[in-house]
Amino acid sequence: MSKKIVDARGLSCPQPVLLTLDEMKRTEKGEIVILVDTDTSKENVSRAAASKGWNLGNVEPEGTGYRISISKD
Amino acid sequence: MTTIKNFFATRWGIISVGAFIGVFAPLLQKWGNPANMGICVACFDRDIAGALGLHRAAVVQYMRPEIIGFVLGSLIAAYAFKEFRARAGSAPIVRFVLGAFAMIGALVFLGCPWRAMLRFSGGDGNAIFGLLGLIVGIWVGTLFLKGGYNLGRSQATHTSVGWLLPLTMLGFLVLMLIFPQVQGQDKSGFLFYSLKGPGSMHAPLFVSLGIGLCVGFLAQRSRFCTMGAIRDFVLFKQTHLLSGAIALIVVAFIMNLILGQFHPGFEKQPVAHTMSVWNFGGMVLAGLAFALAGGCPGRQLFLAGEGDGDAAVFVLGMVVGAGFAHNFGLASSPDGVGPYGIAAVVTGFLTCVFIGFTMRREAAVA
Repeated sequence: MSKKIVDARGLSCPQPVLLTLDEMKRTEKGEIVILVDTDTSKENVSRAAASKGWNLGNVEPEGTGYRISISKD
Repeated sequence: MTTIKNFFATRWGIISVGAFIGVFAPLLQKWGNPANMGICVACFDRDIAGALGLHRAAVVQYMRPEIIGFVLGSLIAAYAFKEFRARAGSAPIVRFVLGAFAMIGALVFLGCPWRAMLRFSGGDGNAIFGLLGLIVGIWVGTLFLKGGYNLGRSQATHTSVGWLLPLTMLGFLVLMLIFPQVQGQDKSGFLFYSLKGPGSMHAPLFVSLGIGLCVGFLAQRSRFCTMGAIRDFVLFKQTHLLSGAIALIVVAFIMNLILGQFHPGFEKQPVAHTMSVWNFGGMVLAGLAFALAGGCPGRQLFLAGEGDGDAAVFVLGMVVGAGFAHNFGLASSPDGVGPYGIAAVVTGFLTCVFIGFTMRREAAVA
């Protein structure tokens, strides 16, 4: 399984969600890791992933932000 | 803490925040704020610009405590939930220009998105054109977003950077206490006050401040945003933020009915004009500028409260834009658009289109 990383740190709304949706379209299945730096982006990305049928995996603090893993079989 | 945190990120969380604003904005009108202007971020930033003498339109000068409360309430929430993150450096000059033109567009319509919703819920039919303009402006913004528009990344920075706008607001509050309004006088210390017009109408200071603090706190937790409400629906068919905005309209409508503040019609609506094309056009500009800047004027205040220095620059752009709008005849009045209002809307739209077309960056995927 390939693992893609989307670095959305420092980007304004709705860029983190747009980048995540783009990568979900490209990847279709597997695991994507999204790096964000605000709680708002964390919530928005998680909500967008769930709405597209992706599973929300670990959400871990990393640096001043979060590392979000989502996956789809 | 975790339960509360999760609740405000839920649909019922955002709906309850919209409903909270829908209850208290009409009440603020009953307690003294101008009609259909319980809360208007654009109008209130404009009144602050007037209180500081950045423009000298005598009828719109008051240091609105709601705005101070919005920023400080958000700051308190951000610290309480460990979300304060000082950040800055994402094209600040662009955000300043977008803030200034967003304000000019809003003052051609006579209200920000919050007030457009409050005007609509108070029966002002002209607000329909403003809301339609807002939707079109945001839709144009989503086309740029789809085309790769992007203002670049902000960087984590010194905590004190994120404190500058909250401290400025605290300073404004201190100024209000040092130089309180004196009955019948248009100046106290170096603060200007209105003797008539919307600027003379306000709820008691601590009522306004208290409600402002609560709204700031709740909006920081829920990420309430009137621009995002429309943008997310257009872009992703997502109704999360939209449900908060609809709750605001519905609850404010019911409150206006209860308080006897619902007066349907187009003519002689309070602090409004009937030039439909420019009610629409002004809000197209404002909606586009908000979309390009990533948040409605309220959201920019809440972001500034949680440490976003770029949102703070947008806020300062709005205040300066209000100064321009009233000094140079760009703002509308109940008689209609100002002498240079139409030219300013066209200039602002062209500027936004220039920004949207030229500021792109390829998606950052490692």
